[in-house]
Amino acid sequence: MTNKELKLKSVFLRKNLLKYIYIAKAGHTGGSLSCVDTLNVLYNRVLNVDPKNFKSPDRDRYIQSKGHCVEALFVTLADRGFFPESDLETLCKYQSHYIGHPTKKVNGVEQNTGALGHGLPICVGEAIAAKLDHKSHRIFTLLGDGELPEGSNWEAFLSASQYKLDNLYAILDNNKQQITGYNKDVMNTDSVREKLEAFGWAVREVDGHNLEELEEALNNGPFEAGKPNFIIAHTIKGKGISYMEGVTKWHHGVPSPEQYELAMTELTEAEVLI
Amino acid sequence: MELDKIEEKVLKMGKANQEVFSQIMQELAETDRDIIAVTSDSRGSGKLVPFGEKYPFQIVEVGIAEQNLVGVAAGLASAGKKAFAVSPACFLSARALEQIKNDVCYSDNPVTLVGISSGVSYGALGTTHHSLHDYAALRAINNIIIVAPADNFETEQAVRLAAKSSKPVYMRFGKKAMPYLDESNQTFEFGKGRIVRKGEDITIIASGETVYPAWLAAQKLEDENGIKATVVSMHTIKPLDTDLLNQLASNGNPIVTVEEHMVNGGLGEACASYLFQKGNTNKFKIVGIPDEYTVTGSQIEIFNHYGISENGLYKTCKELLAI
Repeated sequence: MTNKELKLKSVFLRKNLLKYIYIAKAGHTGGSLSCVDTLNVLYNRVLNVDPKNFKSPDRDRYIQSKGHCVEALFVTLADRGFFPESDLETLCKYQSHYIGHPTKKVNGVEQNTGALGHGLPICVGEAIAAKLDHKSHRIFTLLGDGELPEGSNWEAFLSASQYKLDNLYAILDNNKQQITGYNKDVMNTDSVREKLEAFGWAVREVDGHNLEELEEALNNGPFEAGKPNFIIAHTIKGKGISYMEGVTKWHHGVPSPEQYELAMTELTEAEVLI
Repeated sequence: MELDKIEEKVLKMGKANQEVFSQIMQELAETDRDIIAVTSDSRGSGKLVPFGEKYPFQIVEVGIAEQNLVGVAAGLASAGKKAFAVSPACFLSARALEQIKNDVCYSDNPVTLVGISSGVSYGALGTTHHSLHDYAALRAINNIIIVAPADNFETEQAVRLAAKSSKPVYMRFGKKAMPYLDESNQTFEFGKGRIVRKGEDITIIASGETVYPAWLAAQKLEDENGIKATVVSMHTIKPLDTDLLNQLASNGNPIVTVEEHMVNGGLGEACASYLFQKGNTNKFKIVGIPDEYTVTGSQIEIFNHYGISENGLYKTCKELLAI
């Protein structure tokens, strides 16, 4: 896949996640739009995972701690062939496996997440196991900046450093907003770089909508031997849709028919410019 | 100290179940490098110091951080390790409850959660250090086996089975030395209660460290009143051995349950819920810790206070039998 095709893929994934949120009349729209570029790069350029043999013990692990942005994950997995895209028509429907948070019943999902502050400790366990078994696969997690106040994250930050887990990559989808408003007003997690460095992590900052920057960071670790890797992806909540960008209500807003049409038009226009 | 007095003359004394846990863990780790103990500054109270010295690569220390303890254990289990997350039962089953629910049970990562110094083992340390809620909390979570072994034999078997279990297990142990119960009945499987004494007049269903006072009460009933009691170690609180419950209730005898747990949501309520929905009409009494600020004192003093004792259970049985 060329870089141009990868960029087009990001637009396609945005269209798809909006489509299925629109059909389901439910979803975490703003956060899915902020992290979908990261997922695109992970699944198309970084992760060693095989949709036909997902359970291979040597696969890279990706555990989405911000489980509520499952729509971004589902459309990415469907596009990579983990399951037919048409399955997503059942999103949030009675008895569907495609629920509002990741579940292992869906091919390609590592762990059931959704409650915040759970992804990283599990990744620490996975990363310790990989070290004990002298395996070279890597472990990735995606954290929301709104979930940083969960104490379990900080317990895990300490232990990842203690065990020198340089095979562990935590990506922060730093979109600066959460359901109530701006993080800094809800619970300030500024200076996260300094905090993480003080906890013994090697930190890089990237533009979370710049695919090259994401790929360069995610494929060139460990940043420092013996230190876990922390990537602050600076993102915009609702990225790609003019009326959603930076607007808190789109945290889990569902577009009306008119808004949906407008969003699709904007994305088609963006496609032409790539 | 009635327990100490009688153990010498009636039953052969063993070790604390916690010590047996540690011993079996060492034995398993010797031949299986996937056995991992995960501890939260708890290797001392979990009797795992020798384990850690002998198998430094098979112990993961997370410090005093129970949420991380269980999350890390879930990750280890997901990667194929046989992870035993070891922490005082009070913290493990409360502080890390969401990790147990989601990361272990819901995500189906077969961790063995080992609640040490359970119930009121830390007696005088107070309610912060008591686990009298763990059966109730965990019974309400899908996909977990809850085990409270009574003696060293049950403990050994439970640890061995847990290491092979494809399903999450919670087991709890106390600190006190336990006697060997019925040495002729050496069968053990999860979900199958163990009859440690047979009698035809009344039934006592107990779990964990309360099986011993139940056994002693049965002895006293026999010695002083000629009453013969069946005593069951219902070591698996979930899944409950309903076949055995059917069998026990079928003769219409009174049933006493006893547990080192709140009466709310524990073994007794589990038995009652099953039996009475099936239409049984046996006289029934649940002995446990009532819904109040728990009295202060040592484990034995707390047991005595609430009738979880030889004399207390003796009295309860006599009341039910109206003698």
